Amino acid sequence: MDVSQYLEIFLDESKEHLQNLNTQILELEKDSENMDTINEIFRAAHSLKGMAGTMGYKRMQNLTHDMENVFSEVRNNNIKVNSEIIDVVFQCLDALDEYISNIQSSADEGENENTAIIERLNAILNGKSGGGEAAPKEEAAPAEEAPKVEAPEAAAKAPAVNLKLAEEQVHVLSEAIKQGKKVYFFDVKVQDSCILKAARAFLVFKAVEELGEIAVSDPSAQDIEDERFETNFTLIIISDAELDKIQTAITSVSEIEKADGKLLSEADLTGGGAEAAEAEAPAEEAPKETKSATTTAPAPAKAAAPAKDEKKAGKPVVNRTVRVDIEKLDVLMNLVSELIIAKNSLVSAAGQDHSQTSSFNEQIEYLESVTTNLHESVMKVRMVPIESVVNKFPRMIRDLSKKLDKKMELYMSGEETELDRTVVDEIGDPLMHLLRNSADHGLESAEVRKQRGKPEMGSIFLDAYQDGNNVVIEVRDDGNGIDVEAVKNKAIERGTISAEQAATMSDKEIIDLLFLPSFSTAKQITDVSGRGVGLDVVKSKIESLSGEVEVKSKLGEGSTWTIRLPLTLAIIQALMVCIGDEKYAISLGSIQTIEDVKASEIKYVQAKEVINLRGAVIPLIRLSEVLDAPTNKTKDDDMVVVIVKKGDKLAGLVVDELIGQQEIVIKSMGKYINKCKVISGATILGDGEVALIVDANACF
Amino acid sequence: MDELMTTNDRVQYIVIKVGGEQYGIDIKYIDNIVRMQHITRVPKVQSYLKGVINLRGEVIPVMSIRGKMGYEEVENTKDTRIIIIKLEQHGTVGVIVDEVKEVVTLSEDDVEHFTYDAKQEEKNMYLQGVGKYNEQLISLLELNAVLSEKDL
Repeated sequence: MDVSQYLEIFLDESKEHLQNLNTQILELEKDSENMDTINEIFRAAHSLKGMAGTMGYKRMQNLTHDMENVFSEVRNNNIKVNSEIIDVVFQCLDALDEYISNIQSSADEGENENTAIIERLNAILNGKSGGGEAAPKEEAAPAEEAPKVEAPEAAAKAPAVNLKLAEEQVHVLSEAIKQGKKVYFFDVKVQDSCILKAARAFLVFKAVEELGEIAVSDPSAQDIEDERFETNFTLIIISDAELDKIQTAITSVSEIEKADGKLLSEADLTGGGAEAAEAEAPAEEAPKETKSATTTAPAPAKAAAPAKDEKKAGKPVVNRTVRVDIEKLDVLMNLVSELIIAKNSLVSAAGQDHSQTSSFNEQIEYLESVTTNLHESVMKVRMVPIESVVNKFPRMIRDLSKKLDKKMELYMSGEETELDRTVVDEIGDPLMHLLRNSADHGLESAEVRKQRGKPEMGSIFLDAYQDGNNVVIEVRDDGNGIDVEAVKNKAIERGTISAEQAATMSDKEIIDLLFLPSFSTAKQITDVSGRGVGLDVVKSKIESLSGEVEVKSKLGEGSTWTIRLPLTLAIIQALMVCIGDEKYAISLGSIQTIEDVKASEIKYVQAKEVINLRGAVIPLIRLSEVLDAPTNKTKDDDMVVVIVKKGDKLAGLVVDELIGQQEIVIKSMGKYINKCKVISGATILGDGEVALIVDANACF
Repeated sequence: MDELMTTNDRVQYIVIKVGGEQYGIDIKYIDNIVRMQHITRVPKVQSYLKGVINLRGEVIPVMSIRGKMGYEEVENTKDTRIIIIKLEQHGTVGVIVDEVKEVVTLSEDDVEHFTYDAKQEEKNMYLQGVGKYNEQLISLLELNAVLSEKDL
């Protein structure tokens, strides 16, 4: 068995556990008495340790182990959570994160032993108030030591917990005992590092069968042969030989870590150890978690059931999910795209031929609804909540708060908002940057805040919500806001703009200068932000995702950064329009309304054409001019105007004719053509022709 | 023929006609040759870029070799073809030519490569050399230069 095939799962799951730990520990920092949180932390740490151990990452295992010990003590009320513990644990999580990223890049955990952190963890363990000296030994290493230390005792009760005996099996065994044979229970553990578990188990079976008969094995012999077990399996053996002899026979098989054996009495078989099982459950809990796959599935003896239920109730409900390679989804998405193109050509073929019966049309409409639903479903599969990205931010803000020595709190909402997976993967860095920006530049120090009559604790808000075909993510702070004058002076000083230019620029235009490359107004360069590689990167990243970023700010009151992202990147609803003989698509998402406007309604503001639409002055953009397209219309003809919006701005695009709404598949135009900004891509129409997609946002 | 293909110094060229002259394109860069079809114009690009076509569901940019090499543009005829070329650097690009004639195999001996100096001359900047085949001369195109952004 090669562990490399599990590497991906290991990485995914350990990241999940780590994130969970981060969240829970932040939770703990706020409410250090919350037992649920502590239990959850303990469980996550334990699973992480188990996984690292299974994969053979010893350093990671050691570190998690020590962290787990601390929480074990916390859980037993032997240690009180204080800020020191939280700090060390966070360091520990960072170190674990480092291990995981090392593993991700090189399949090796690296050389860092993190002894300093381990020492501090141990110092916490040893420094705790006395009284619990005996307890830690037993509790310290539930996975490895507990079974050993408690072996004689544990084995006595184990059958009731671990073995599910059918009535006839009990019967057979009782018969054997009555006949004076000895019935043994054995719990055999294969070494974690063992590669051919099934082969080892087979050797164990062989060794035992020389001495007696295997009456029951759990998992079944077949499952063991197919390697469907973790590291443990249990056997009930009917034999004349002594316990020691069998035990020696089993342990002499190489790579068998241990075999705990016990002579069973008739009472054991009939399930007399009910109470014992219950009492045993908490201590057994830890090791069982790793092998829960084998033990929890079939209902065990009744006595153990309540203990198990309790355990389940404590765990958060796990979603039923399948991990799918994103590439497979891409393939699926491409196939859906092809299907939609084929459907579109059927629709246009049907439109040309008027002789067909109505049932043909019905079928096409049916096909249309099926492809649309299919597309939506595939889209939904690709959607993931932004939670996975924003979850790490509270921790980051906490660290920043310490580092910058400012009091601040992050409030998040809308973490469940969903976005295309590819977008979610990319959005983390820009968001992180904006948050750091808010923390570093935005929020004032506590003293300044006090002077200004603001609460000492600065607030940063991260709100996400869906708005039509877009997802909006806002990063808001109640800090200083952007000092327009400072930006202006800086820009002039750097020669970005001239003093004359600056005088005519609006505040908004000046704030937009912040998005230019290498522009930082931070007076001091900190390692948090202020190196001038930042907002321009944020902007270009967001734009590469077909999104946009805007900022609003009021000096002294704070700033709001708004990121607007399209829900999907591949297939959109579009309005098809004609300009002369050429067809263009405009994304429906940016269209507000469509108006018929008479040529006489055109007014001029600064020699630019505008129309007055229900009280709003809207600039007109003649697409035929922007696109150099010959138009069939003259300036005196009535116009069809498509009103598009970008943020809160409106513009009217003048087109020749409307064709209709259509679902279009966005295709890349390749890198050879340096298309102009107004064209965002191309699509293939039903008749096989290529139509260009007009990016309404670029028209402003 | 198999033998010819495997030896290094023999290269197959597709011979195309542009403005009465014969040019050769190394066959290894050619993905496909398609008939003239509807080309969707793309605004605000270099004049030799004619637009984009739909090649089996992919959108492919198309350029006119006449436009690029300074020949006069002509009406399309039934012989006009679009040669689909795949280059690492530029991706997939369609090149409109007057006519596709034949495939020839030239050995290294049949090819006279231009020296660096000769390449500096304007008329030679898109060529890598001249090949002789059955008493005819075929100008061998340097595709990277033909497709590169630099205008005449």
